[in-house]
Amino acid sequence: MSVGANGAPGDVTRAAPAAPGDEADPWQRRLVRLMRGAGPIFVVLIVLLVLIALKNPRFIQPAVFLASYLKPAAPLAILAAGQLFVIVSGEYDLSVGSLITVTVTSAALLIHGDPALTYPILALLFGIGIGVGLINGTVTTRLHVPSFIATLGMLLILSGGIFYATGGAPRGSLPENFRAFGRAGIEGVPFLGQLPYAVIVLLVVGTVFWLLLHRTNFGQQVFAVGGNARAADLAGIDVAAIRTACFVLSAVSAMIAGVLLGGFAGVSAQVGETYEFQAISAVVLGGATLGGGRGSVPTAIAGALTLQALFTLLNLFGFPAPLRSVVQGVIIVAAVAYASYRLRRSR
Amino acid sequence: MTAPRMALPGGPPGAWARALRTGLGSANAAPVYLVLLVIFVVSWVIVGLAGGSFLTVENVTSVLVRSVALGIVSAGQTLVILAGSLDLSVAYVISVAAVVSSVIMNGDPGRIVIAVVVVLGIGVAVGLTNGLLVTKLRVNPFIATLGVALVLRGLLNAAFDNFAGKVAPQFETLGYGGIGPLPWSVILLVVTVLAVWWLLRSTPFGHHLYAVGGGEETARLSGVRSHRVIIGAHILCSLAAVLTGLFLVSRIRSGAPWIGPDGGYDLESIAAVVVGGTALTGGRGGVWGTLAGVLILAVLDNLFNQLQFNSFLKDVVRGVIIIAAVAIYAQRQRRMSR
Repeated sequence: MSVGANGAPGDVTRAAPAAPGDEADPWQRRLVRLMRGAGPIFVVLIVLLVLIALKNPRFIQPAVFLASYLKPAAPLAILAAGQLFVIVSGEYDLSVGSLITVTVTSAALLIHGDPALTYPILALLFGIGIGVGLINGTVTTRLHVPSFIATLGMLLILSGGIFYATGGAPRGSLPENFRAFGRAGIEGVPFLGQLPYAVIVLLVVGTVFWLLLHRTNFGQQVFAVGGNARAADLAGIDVAAIRTACFVLSAVSAMIAGVLLGGFAGVSAQVGETYEFQAISAVVLGGATLGGGRGSVPTAIAGALTLQALFTLLNLFGFPAPLRSVVQGVIIVAAVAYASYRLRRSR
Repeated sequence: MTAPRMALPGGPPGAWARALRTGLGSANAAPVYLVLLVIFVVSWVIVGLAGGSFLTVENVTSVLVRSVALGIVSAGQTLVILAGSLDLSVAYVISVAAVVSSVIMNGDPGRIVIAVVVVLGIGVAVGLTNGLLVTKLRVNPFIATLGVALVLRGLLNAAFDNFAGKVAPQFETLGYGGIGPLPWSVILLVVTVLAVWWLLRSTPFGHHLYAVGGGEETARLSGVRSHRVIIGAHILCSLAAVLTGLFLVSRIRSGAPWIGPDGGYDLESIAAVVVGGTALTGGRGGVWGTLAGVLILAVLDNLFNQLQFNSFLKDVVRGVIIIAAVAIYAQRQRRMSR
């Protein structure tokens, strides 16, 4: 196998036959192995963050870092974690962007600025999210419509529905106690200053999704289904149920992202646009393969954070806004090209 | 292995009966035309009951012209999907073709040829890039063409923020002129579809396309140069998108960067191909099905317009129809394979 990456080409110790799993592993080698296992996305992320900090030293102050980087990144990171389940199970979910818009516009329409309605409507929204996920899953697994088309149809239905209900210009408004999720936080935390609720939500969702995918039977089954659906089926896994559950998780993550975005981005009919592609880009940057079977929650979230760091950096360097998408395009293609090169070499 | 059965009919090519069977009456295209017929008749009846006119030369022509833009790009999309790939960059290729040709022409009829040559060249370059990314760098086509789309979008929006340039007056003939009642644009659509059909049916490239889409590894081991086939399909798809861009700019008279993405040509062309019975996994389907898929969407559009249906609800119904059509084919496919 490829030992070469462990040290410099002239490294003498490299030639020494080290048994795999050697107890006396030097920590450097263990670190290298950890990095190789986790994927290069963390390296890219750290490099980008260092570049940002060099350009703007205030960036590493905890309060600034939380408020101006992690808080705005939270919706995409949550969305990516949800999308990851669908991707690992071998499908796509293109409906999440329009679902974000549904969350924001219908919350504004239904709550209409009345703080007392916030929690009942939140419950209703989650019901809608679960419903959309169930429909996506059912259409894909029971009616055998490819998920690309099923969720594309759902995108058309949801975005058409939003525009029909709002006439193109969203009405109503969100009360403060709804917007608090996206814009406020716990004040007076020592060292950090304000700890934004969005970051707490990201940590909670990230942890729950990580446990689900990497520490439960369900997660194992998601990988099995995405790796080889036929084999999983023969092994007694209910492939349709697993995939449907993944669509529900993705839809719920979109609702959560929508609630956060409604908080700091405000109400508009464009709030969720292009989020489906950004989420898929983030997941793929995090090393998941489209087609299923590979991926991890921490690296998917790191992928989302990397995209956000990239936007921050380009902003700092005064890059013209339109050219940002050029850089984004080049980076996701390069990341996938590199990942598939690594995959081929490791075989 | 249904693909080779369709793609490699044993007899000599050119037998019209068989051609028709492989094209129109094949296992995949037949239900599409049934759906089209049902939607057409239902629309006819509904519009008739509402006191409108559906089956007039004028209205049918309007349905056809409406189908031209989506039809041409979807014919190209059919090729890449048959090859087991897909192209999300077509919407921006359409915009690039529209803007660049309009800027080059700038109202001067003498520059029509050079403008068309330049945008066709851009089409080849984009298709080649897509194809090379998918084959040589093995980037998943979804990501590869999404990345290229993002790059094109960025370049377009950096260079233009509104209508730019102006097409030559003679060039508008493509969008508005015709022979008798038959518009040039419809002729362009029919010629494109016939060309793609001929390519798929009667050339080694077409047969290899089905083989590669059915299973790239198998095709490669059988001696098909699979990379060349996929790259070729991507180039032709981008060229089709360029033709759509040229048609659109001939109608709007000036190019703007949002023409392609606002028309939703990327996802809609994929939807039209799949509604037309072509498998998203590749290797099965054909361009006649795609044409039917495009016509289904256009007939629905016409119906909604005649009924002065809320334009936003159109999208909802479209979404339902796309899902329902593909669900029906999926059930049929499963029944047949049992």
